[in-house]
Amino acid sequence: MKIFGENSIKNLLIVIAFSALTALFLILAFILLEGLPFIFNIGIKNFLLSSDWQPMAGKYGIFAMIVGSLWVTLGAIIVGVPLGLAGAIFLAEFLPRWMMRIIKPAIELLAGIPSVVYGFIGVMVLAPLIRDYIGGPGLSIMAASIILGIMILPTILSISIDSIKAVPQSYREGAFSLGATHWQTIHMATLPAAKSGIIAGIILGLGRAIGETMAVIMVAGNAVILPGSPLDSVRTLTANIALEMGYATGMHRQALFATGVVLLLIIMVLNYAATISIRNMNRKV
Amino acid sequence: MEDTVKFKIENLNVYWSGSHVLKSISMDIGANKILGIIGPSGSGKTVFLRTLNRLNDMELQIRIEGGVLLDGKDIFAPGMDPVMLRKKIGMVFALPIPLPASIYNNIIYGPSLSGITNKNRLDEIVVKSLKSAFLWDEVKDRLKTSAMRLSGGQQQRLCLARTLAMEPEVILLDEPCSGLDPISTTQIEYALKELKKNYTIVLVTNNTKQAARVADNTAFFLMNELIEYGPTGTIFTVPGDIRTMDYITGRFG
Amino acid sequence: MINPRFTQVIAVLLLALATLFTLAILVFIIGFILSKGLAHVDIDFILSNPEDMGRAGGIYPTIIGTLILSTLSILIAAPFGIGTAVFLTEYTRESRVTRIIRFGADCLAGIPSIIFGLFGFIFFVTTLGMSWSILSGSLTLAFMILPTIIRTSEEAIKSVPYAYRDVSFSLGATLWQTVRKVVLPNALPGILTGIMLSLGRSIGETAVVIFTAGSSLRTPQSLFDSIRTMSVHFYILAREGLSNEKAYATATVLIISILAINLISYWLMIRFISKRSG
Repeated sequence: MKIFGENSIKNLLIVIAFSALTALFLILAFILLEGLPFIFNIGIKNFLLSSDWQPMAGKYGIFAMIVGSLWVTLGAIIVGVPLGLAGAIFLAEFLPRWMMRIIKPAIELLAGIPSVVYGFIGVMVLAPLIRDYIGGPGLSIMAASIILGIMILPTILSISIDSIKAVPQSYREGAFSLGATHWQTIHMATLPAAKSGIIAGIILGLGRAIGETMAVIMVAGNAVILPGSPLDSVRTLTANIALEMGYATGMHRQALFATGVVLLLIIMVLNYAATISIRNMNRKV
Repeated sequence: MEDTVKFKIENLNVYWSGSHVLKSISMDIGANKILGIIGPSGSGKTVFLRTLNRLNDMELQIRIEGGVLLDGKDIFAPGMDPVMLRKKIGMVFALPIPLPASIYNNIIYGPSLSGITNKNRLDEIVVKSLKSAFLWDEVKDRLKTSAMRLSGGQQQRLCLARTLAMEPEVILLDEPCSGLDPISTTQIEYALKELKKNYTIVLVTNNTKQAARVADNTAFFLMNELIEYGPTGTIFTVPGDIRTMDYITGRFG
Repeated sequence: MINPRFTQVIAVLLLALATLFTLAILVFIIGFILSKGLAHVDIDFILSNPEDMGRAGGIYPTIIGTLILSTLSILIAAPFGIGTAVFLTEYTRESRVTRIIRFGADCLAGIPSIIFGLFGFIFFVTTLGMSWSILSGSLTLAFMILPTIIRTSEEAIKSVPYAYRDVSFSLGATLWQTVRKVVLPNALPGILTGIMLSLGRSIGETAVVIFTAGSSLRTPQSLFDSIRTMSVHFYILAREGLSNEKAYATATVLIISILAINLISYWLMIRFISKRSG
């Protein structure tokens, strides 16, 4: 009757439980094996600090792409954080539970819309608006920033809402009993207490923005230049990989994996920062 | 007349993440009797009960010393399978906890784990257990409805019936009436008095009067120690310890 | 000093505006795509093959491709994800090992999809020689959605009342019997919600799919054939400027599938909550 004994099930589950770690290890190993030798070959300085990207001529400098990624990510933060934070405070503090039940799925829907659709909206609606009313080619840092800012809203919203809700009621009651208005209470008691959770949400949003590929390819213009203004076209690290992977071979392909290594490093640093913020949040609450 | 001893507890000590939650408990629990365990909350009654069917095993921070013998066999002996032990020792918890399934499926949970698949046999078990728990008349027409729809008192009798369905030898009850109204409580107590003909029953209760009403023997726990143990009549009329007297007359606890 | 009541009114007004703006974006995106695309979607569009690189005809093979790829990735990832969650919650206490496993899952969740694409390409497509195929694509997608399934299953399992486990053990169940008969059935709606979320992610994913499953428009004959999903098809239509009309129509089908998946998981969630409280 019993096909598996209790012990064999336990052993099987232990093996399964290490699947995520194994996956992570495989991914890191293969990306690093493919990319790191290349970086050491042409020199870290040549790779990271040169803006000369001409694979046909054997020139592989990704500085412009690093700057490009940082620009659009910064832009996404400028667009996404105020909106996300304001929305989170409003939803968590001023809305009754039943309305949250309707709005939360809407936020999840926003997260579920494929990134290619965001990119398409950027191309069809946003870029022409920027071109006609502000200037430049339209496909630009600004367009990418706005689209990415919207795309990271759900991440910032849901994590911020959770951390605001996690603030103990006694903090609020303390402020209320001193005669503070609701807004003063939020501003003086709730937000400081929820701070590290909110920061974690922003950092995770940042990670999403810097890692986003398809939407950025469609709206950022992809020119390999050091941008001078938000209206300039720009190419990000992710776009660089996706645009050229289709036909790259040899050194060129290795260069794209090396670009992936740089991207991974940036993401790892961000994730580490987020983990620390979340840990701080758990300790406090 | 000397009782047959079902459980023999010898110098039982339990430590829970550093604190000493049961101190040197020794007692014999007679077969086919109801043992009432009284004492204020936090006195170690529930830990004691959960030690008897090794339900505390799941906790890693727990350490158990001393012996608990069931029919002369140490339940903590290396060869003793806690799963087999729990099939012999049923338990009813403080709050009625029906599993979110039909009445019928709640009852057959235990038997089907033991490998009983025959439909007629399972039907028989369901009827018999529900009758023994005095619930049959109330639910016989709706066995397939969710157990969550029953009233609190009915749910608790369902839990009793579910325990009986395993055909255990001992039934442990952890304050089974704490959430129930007086009528439901009376029904449970009536069922217990009938059941002791076939089972050994250990009833932990916060309600001293309940122990006085149904228990053959009563044990009084205080601050993780067994203060006094004897026939219920003796404990409630001429207690040997001033603390027992104080507790049953309601002076503390 | 400014009156605090006045500050409050202004602040709340600004917060409400920001929230409304966020919701307006959502409504706009969905409304925009549907208004431009719905007119071009009909049975014929769904059931016929594309012609002239997608400039004409329908999207039938890409719908099949999407279904196969996302279903297969769920089938691969779900046993591992749910198994990991069961191990973390039922079979072990918090320890260094569980912390390492959770850390691994969190790291995996933070890796951008383009990296999964690179990895899938070099590992499954090249090193294992599986070429651009359904198998390479669904395996890579499975890697990508694994952390989501672990996380949501864990939450769902943790929400099953501890008392149910006590009852099950007291009735003579072993640990695995308790997991199989009590824990998993009661956590199922929550687990399914996580699976629906992952399904949505698989369907919407583009970068990973292009690098691992390719973009062939032919209807696949085996797991080793290349396919094109709706997202990839939509991307190619939009990017190459083949046909805006077809791009809008494809996006409409895509958005409607995502909407449907979100509705189903919302419904599961509601059922989950009402079952808990009643």
